[in-house]
Amino acid sequence: MPSGTLQIRQISGHSGSVPGAGVQREDQICKYIDVTTCIGCKACEVACVEWNDMPFQQTTFDNTYQTMPSTSWNFWNLIKFNEHPREDGTLQWLMRKDQCMHCEDPGCLRACPADGAIVQYTNGIVDFQQENCIGCQYCVAGCPFDIPKFNALTKKVYKCTLCSDRVGQGLEPACIKACPTGCLKFGTKLDMKGLAESRARQLREQSGFANAGVYDPASIGGTHVIYVLHDATKPELYGGLPSNPQIPAAFTLWKRFAKPIALLLGLFAAPVAFFHYVMEGPREPQPPDRPSREVPR
Amino acid sequence: MRTAVERFDEGARARFGAHARTIVHEDELLRHPVYTRVLHWSVAGFFILALLSGFAIYTPWLYRWLTPIFGGGPTTRLLHPWFSLGFVLCFVFQLLNWLQPMSWTGDDTRWMRRIRDYVANADRREPDYVDFFNGGQKIYFWAIVGSALLFLISGVPMWFPTTFGRSMVSIAYVLHDIAALVMLVGFVVHIYEGTAAVPGTFQSMTRGTVEKRWAWTHHPAWYQRATGRDPRVDYEAAVQRHAGRPATDDRSSRA
Repeated sequence: MPSGTLQIRQISGHSGSVPGAGVQREDQICKYIDVTTCIGCKACEVACVEWNDMPFQQTTFDNTYQTMPSTSWNFWNLIKFNEHPREDGTLQWLMRKDQCMHCEDPGCLRACPADGAIVQYTNGIVDFQQENCIGCQYCVAGCPFDIPKFNALTKKVYKCTLCSDRVGQGLEPACIKACPTGCLKFGTKLDMKGLAESRARQLREQSGFANAGVYDPASIGGTHVIYVLHDATKPELYGGLPSNPQIPAAFTLWKRFAKPIALLLGLFAAPVAFFHYVMEGPREPQPPDRPSREVPR
Repeated sequence: MRTAVERFDEGARARFGAHARTIVHEDELLRHPVYTRVLHWSVAGFFILALLSGFAIYTPWLYRWLTPIFGGGPTTRLLHPWFSLGFVLCFVFQLLNWLQPMSWTGDDTRWMRRIRDYVANADRREPDYVDFFNGGQKIYFWAIVGSALLFLISGVPMWFPTTFGRSMVSIAYVLHDIAALVMLVGFVVHIYEGTAAVPGTFQSMTRGTVEKRWAWTHHPAWYQRATGRDPRVDYEAAVQRHAGRPATDDRSSRA
């Protein structure tokens, strides 16, 4: 649950304006993840489970270091381990902390039909409000990062909150607090972007990673979780990070514009039928009950 | 295959008839037997429930209006696919029941060519070739069959999104809406034609009967098959009888 200090910017499935929108300005927050200094210790995984008080579940061991194949409804933060054979025959071990990216233009929020089930705060956090969730799972189809996860028992969808409950109280997210190497940092988007760019430049100029760069995809307006990657031209190597994440047009053009217009056109059949009756009258069985004549007016 | 369907339908009509009845007055014809009526209203009931619960989720502009009917958003979402399954199941029986009278013929193509005259109420009586259903009714029926199929095919991935995946769901989402819009328009026209537009029609789905007058006016070829009489001759005889009666008397001399 959010705290009172977080102002709402966008509400899913909401007709009309957002109460209190634009009243208060807030800094855009951002989580910085430097995959090049991550050691895969999983302290962030534990911190996440601990802080959010989630029951741990049985998992699948697939002969890797990865805790489970993907995030789940009660496991929002997962280090993805990937072995990447380079062209020179050496092996690169890539670790990426996978969690909600808190998109500037969130596909989950776009797809959601339930009023208030997903909100975006002015600081950029995208948060699910389970009490308003109807369990339709459109958000799962709307998300380019495969993040929202359905709980079949509660019939609700869950994901990383970016510790909105902590951030609302001026604390950093639990995963950031637990990180021992400093590969996770938390601050304003501007600061984190600057830090990430300078780290990427360092990797390019001093560490021999010619393609090092920052992952902050413009196709969804940027994200409030950014990565520094050894090779920003191939984000797919890091456990399927999409290089060009997209929200399906079904939830943008169709949902926002075509649907309401098509519904109005469809409902137009009702006044057409009504005025047909007024203008042409009923089609009575012949001959009619009473002697009648037609007048042209 | 055809004969098996016919045998099933006849058996069903007989079984329903054994527990119910239709009262046919002297100046009336039996139009829809009990089995057809029960199917129609079962289909209609599930359809309206599915329509309202579906449009609640269709757009944010309807969400707060329609979800309270079903006890809130989560129950609306939970019930919608079950209402829809009820609709599809009942409609399958209606499809079998009406396969024969709803099949398209050359007369329906002829009827469609004069749809403008029909909409403008240009003719007092329908052409002699119009049988049990006219072309418009058949178009509505087959539009419902088509959109129900589209609903079912697109509804399954939306019900089980984890099995079908992200792109399938987003395509199904649009197809489901298109089916909904086709049905919505058809439904509005259907209600209008079945009640206010053609007096006497509603009773055919409730009591099951229509006036003979109604039959020779709107479905002359069916009148001929059902009574063995010429609809035109009977109509003109009725006009003669009406011409001879006093202008104030409007009830005593029905055909």
